[in-house]
Amino acid sequence: MGLARSGRAGRLLVRLFSRAQLKFTLMADTRPRGDWRGPSRGEWLKRHGKWLIILPPLLFLLVFFLIPFAFALVISFADTAVRVPPFTDIFSMSPDWHVHMTLNLGNFKYLFTDQVYGLSYLYSIKTAFFSTLICLALGYPMAYAIARTSKSTQSILLLIIILPFWTSFLLRVYALEGIIRETGLLNSALLWLGIIHHPLQIMRTTFAVYLGIIYSYLPFMVLPLFATLEKLDPSLLEAAADLGSPPWRAFIDVTLPLSMPGIIAGSMLVFIPAIGEFVIPTLLGGPDNLMIGRVLWDEFFGNRDWPVASAVAIAFLVLLVGPIALYQHYSTKQLEAS
Amino acid sequence: MNERVSPLLISILCIGIAVLYVPILVLIGYSFNASALVSVWGGFSTGWYTQLLHNDQILDAAWLSLQIGVVVSTGAVILGTLAAISLVRFKVFRSRLLLTGMVNAPLVMPEIITGITQLLLFVSMLHLFGWPHRGFTTIVIAHIAFCTAYVTITVQSRLQSADRSLEEAAMDLGAGPVRAFVDTTLPGIAPALASSWLLSFTLSLDDLVISSFVSGPGASTLPMVIFSKVKLGVSPDINALASLIICLVGACVLLAGYFMRRAERHRLMDAQMAER
Repeated sequence: MGLARSGRAGRLLVRLFSRAQLKFTLMADTRPRGDWRGPSRGEWLKRHGKWLIILPPLLFLLVFFLIPFAFALVISFADTAVRVPPFTDIFSMSPDWHVHMTLNLGNFKYLFTDQVYGLSYLYSIKTAFFSTLICLALGYPMAYAIARTSKSTQSILLLIIILPFWTSFLLRVYALEGIIRETGLLNSALLWLGIIHHPLQIMRTTFAVYLGIIYSYLPFMVLPLFATLEKLDPSLLEAAADLGSPPWRAFIDVTLPLSMPGIIAGSMLVFIPAIGEFVIPTLLGGPDNLMIGRVLWDEFFGNRDWPVASAVAIAFLVLLVGPIALYQHYSTKQLEAS
Repeated sequence: MNERVSPLLISILCIGIAVLYVPILVLIGYSFNASALVSVWGGFSTGWYTQLLHNDQILDAAWLSLQIGVVVSTGAVILGTLAAISLVRFKVFRSRLLLTGMVNAPLVMPEIITGITQLLLFVSMLHLFGWPHRGFTTIVIAHIAFCTAYVTITVQSRLQSADRSLEEAAMDLGAGPVRAFVDTTLPGIAPALASSWLLSFTLSLDDLVISSFVSGPGASTLPMVIFSKVKLGVSPDINALASLIICLVGACVLLAGYFMRRAERHRLMDAQMAER
C-alpha cells in the first residue's frame, strides 16, 4: 500500500516536472531568433523589472498579513494542548506516510453553546452602531462647516482635527479618564457649581464607553466627510435654490446623496474598528461592557485557549467581510475620483 | 464654497474641537500638580517629570519603542512607496486586486484580529523553522505590515497627482526609468514620504494591542508599560509621561508640517520661475 502510494506521488511529480520543462521549452521558443544567447539583461529588466517593484510589498503583506488568517483558520479547528504552542496539530503524518487531518469542530460549536460569545458579538455591534451614528451626527456638521470656510482656514481647521489622531490613542483614552473619574474635572466642576451634590458615576459605565469611542474616532469620521463635501459644486445648491427649493430640501436632495461616499467611508472607518475595540471598554467600561475585543483578549491571555480564540476571531472576521467590502468599494472609488 | 457659515454649524464645530482637546489640556494641567492626589491641586511642580527620569522600567520601554519606531517607519516607507508605485504606474498586473485589498484592509481591520492572526503565524513559524523568536523582530514585522498600508495610501494619492511630463522628458533625454523617477518624481513626492514616515513612527510608537500579542517575555514597549500601569488607576507620573509624549509628537508634527509646506512653496516658486 505504502509503495503504491509513493508510486502515485512519484508519477505526479514526474508529470509536474515534465510540464515545467514543457513550459520552459515553449518559453525558449518565443525568444527572438537573432539573439541566440537569449534576451540581454537590459531587455529582461525592461520586461520583468516591474516585478522588482511589485513583489517586495506584495510578498511581505501576503506572508505577514494575509497568510496569518489561514493559520488562524487552521488553528481554530485544533484542540487545546498543554505544550508549546498550546494547541494540537491539525495535520499529522503516520509512519506509513499517510497525512491525517484532524478537524475539531468543537470550537465553533462552543461559540454557539456558550452564550457569552453571541451576546458580546451583539453587544459590540450595538455599541459600534450607535457610536457611529453619534459620530456621524457630530462629524457631519463639523465637516460641513470646515468645507464652507476659506481655503486657508480649512487647512488650519483640518490640522486641528488631525492632530489628535497623530498623538497617542491610548494616552487620549487615559486623558478622558482624568475628566470623567469620580474625582475628575467634570464631577469637581459640577459639585462646585452646586448642580449635583454627589459625584456622578461615569467611569465603568456604558456611557463612558460611548464617550471614549466617539472621542477617539471622531477625526476618522470628519476627514472622509470633508473630502467629499469639499468637492461639492456650490452651483448645484444655487440651482436648487433658483428652482425654488428651500435650503433643507436642497440639502436632502443634493448635498446628502452627493456626500454618500464620504458618509459610508467615514462610518465604516468608525464602525469596523469600534466593534473590535479593546482598550476603551477595558479602561473606561465596567464588567457589563463585555465587547468582543475583551472576550478575545481574555480567552487568549487569561484562559490561554488559543483554538477557541482563533474560532472567535474567524467568526468575527466573517461578520466583518460585508462592512469591509463596502468600505473598500467606496474608498477605492473615492481615491480614483481624486 | 466660501460663504457665510451658520452660527449653529460653527458652534457644533467648536464643541467637536473642544471634545477633542479638553481632555488633553486637562491631562497636561494635572501633570504639573504637586499633589499625588489627582483631584486636589497642590501647587505647581515639575516633580513628576524628574521622577520619570529615574524610572528605569519606563526609560527602557521608551528606548525599545523608539528603536522599533525607527526601523518600522523606514521599512514601511520603502515597502509602502513600492506598493504605491505599483498601484499607480502599473495599471494592469496580475494580483493587483490582491495588493489593493491587502493595502486597504489593515486600515479597518480591528487590531485585535490582526494581532491574534500574526501571533499564530509567528508561533507556527517558530515551531517549524525556529525563527522568529517573539520580541523585537516580531513587533517590527507586525508593525511594518499595518504601517505599510498607511504609507501606501498617502504616497498613492500624491503620486496620482504628480506631473509625469518631467519624468518623460528625462527619459527622452536618455535617462533610464529608475534614474528618471529618482531625479524628477521622487523630489515631488518627498513631502509625502516624510509625512508617512512620521505617521508610521507615531502609529508604531502608539500601538498597544498588536504589540501585546506578538511580543515575547522581556520585550515591553512603552504603551504596554503604560497600559499595565493605567489599568491599576490614574498615576501622576503617567500624567507627566503622557503630556511629554503628546507635546513632543504634536510639536514634531507641527514643525514637520511647517517645513514641508515651506519646501512645497519653494518648489512651486521654482517651477513658476522656470516657466518664465
